[in-house]
Amino acid sequence: MARPIIRVRCERLEQEVRPLAPIISIRNLAKTYDGGFEALKGVSLDIEEGEILALLGPNGAGKTTLISAVCGLVTPSGGTVTVGGHDIQGEFRAARELIGLVPQEITIEPFEKVINTVTFSRGLFGKRRDDAHIERVLRALSLWDKRHSRNKELSGGMKRRVLIAKALSHEPRVLFLDEPTAGVDVTLRKDMWRLVRDLRDQGTTIILTTHYIEEAEEMADRIGVIDHGRLLLVEEKAQLLHQLGRKELRLELCEPLERVPESLAAYGLTLSGEGYHLTYAFDAHADHTGMTRLLADIARAGLDLRDLSTRQSSLEDVFLKLVRDGREEVA
Amino acid sequence: MNWRGVVAIYRFEMNRTFRTIAQSIVSPVISTVLYFVVFGAAIGARIDTVEGVDYGAFIVPGLVMLTLLQQSVTNASFGIYFPKFIGTIYELLSAPMSFIEVVIGYVGAAASKALMIAVIILITSAFFVDLQIAHPVWMVAFLLLTAVSFALLGFIIGIWAKNFEQLQLIPLLVITPLVFLGGAFYSVSMLPPGWREVTYFNPVLYLISGFRWSFFGVADVPIGISLTAICVFLAACLTAIWAIFKTGWRIKP
Repeated sequence: MARPIIRVRCERLEQEVRPLAPIISIRNLAKTYDGGFEALKGVSLDIEEGEILALLGPNGAGKTTLISAVCGLVTPSGGTVTVGGHDIQGEFRAARELIGLVPQEITIEPFEKVINTVTFSRGLFGKRRDDAHIERVLRALSLWDKRHSRNKELSGGMKRRVLIAKALSHEPRVLFLDEPTAGVDVTLRKDMWRLVRDLRDQGTTIILTTHYIEEAEEMADRIGVIDHGRLLLVEEKAQLLHQLGRKELRLELCEPLERVPESLAAYGLTLSGEGYHLTYAFDAHADHTGMTRLLADIARAGLDLRDLSTRQSSLEDVFLKLVRDGREEVA
Repeated sequence: MNWRGVVAIYRFEMNRTFRTIAQSIVSPVISTVLYFVVFGAAIGARIDTVEGVDYGAFIVPGLVMLTLLQQSVTNASFGIYFPKFIGTIYELLSAPMSFIEVVIGYVGAAASKALMIAVIILITSAFFVDLQIAHPVWMVAFLLLTAVSFALLGFIIGIWAKNFEQLQLIPLLVITPLVFLGGAFYSVSMLPPGWREVTYFNPVLYLISGFRWSFFGVADVPIGISLTAICVFLAACLTAIWAIFKTGWRIKP
């Protein structure tokens, strides 16, 4: 008898949940600082609940300003932002309650104890004291044993985790991580990635900024590329790599060439490495890459191969290309 | 209203006070005791009475005011300046709190701490001199109004200051001299005629005079003027705070 009841409830839940509005909706967000510097030039972006979005961009691209404007640290010059359907200016309380922010710099009250710092943050967000939740957060971040230590006694990595604990203290639905692994060693960086994935698995939406392409490639579901205050592109990571992903076949020759033989001209090969390397670029996702024909033509041309290798273009190449194209367009 | 947020700030600030108890409570008490020893016992013994009040007792309201003003200003200014300086202000700005709630938290804590020290000094002074309080309700009212107004001033200074030097500038160069010249240790009637008129431009005179009236029933200026002066000052600070709130001056680009 229990089964139908459950099914009915699930159906109703689905009905309620299906027309999902984005958890964060940004429209034409602009920010010009007092000195006249235009940090954001009309950014529009929707962030879906439960995703990890990486905002990728060089230093000074506008990533931190974007986060600061959404979180209330900076007053936007134009545009609108809603968080969970609440306007960040008109309904700032409802909007901010949903957000946890981990800033880029390690900013932490040095003389206070870890547990007091984290409990303070929960209070600021108007939440009732909940020692069990604070304990869960501190344990998850391996800070429980350090809860009575003063913040200044902690290592850099631990301080960063205290910042995360503060941001999670009020159970936010959206977590902003501004450059979470800047200046962090490899082990800590991997730990951070694991932590972010765990949080996402628990249903938290995560927006992180980074200028490490590896980080975006490793973690994000979607990637936004931002430069000079403009959002150049937002795309599913896999889609992005698929669309812009090029593969290269590198052929190492036994004898050097002075130039590419006429018979191979159609392949657009480039010659390098003092005439020993021939490189062929092709679309990795195309049905016909032309590789078989190329190899046959090479044999026909009488070239002896010492070695061959292929290389998938990384997100870094994609990113650099986008930023370069974006700048050319602006120029 | 996010009262939990206000309480969180208040508690955090009070914790800071108790964590640094030597600096925040013991040191002002010791320096006030020194004033009593020097002015009350050593020099005061050679002075007869002022306005019919024993000199040792006469300086008590002035000393309490001196400490109250300094403490409320420095506590509130440091309270808000420190998060600005170390960067933790990001959390206040990103929290679901209005600026007014932040002000209530910081100013409330600074005023509480200043009041605490004022009460300790009053109790301490009772060991040195025979202290009578003619109008206890007015005394408490003056203490409260002064603590809150000057904590508001301190908050404004904390927002304004860009470095530690600026933070110290107003308490050291403005408030302390005004208290000394505002009749903390003497009655204005003791001054030569020209200086007496100059003193009437010192706003602190009205505070000390009113506060002293609540103890001994004697004052340099009428009590009504004293009350008006402190209320005008309070209103001016509230207006400045409102302007900061509207413009986000020096806290929110």
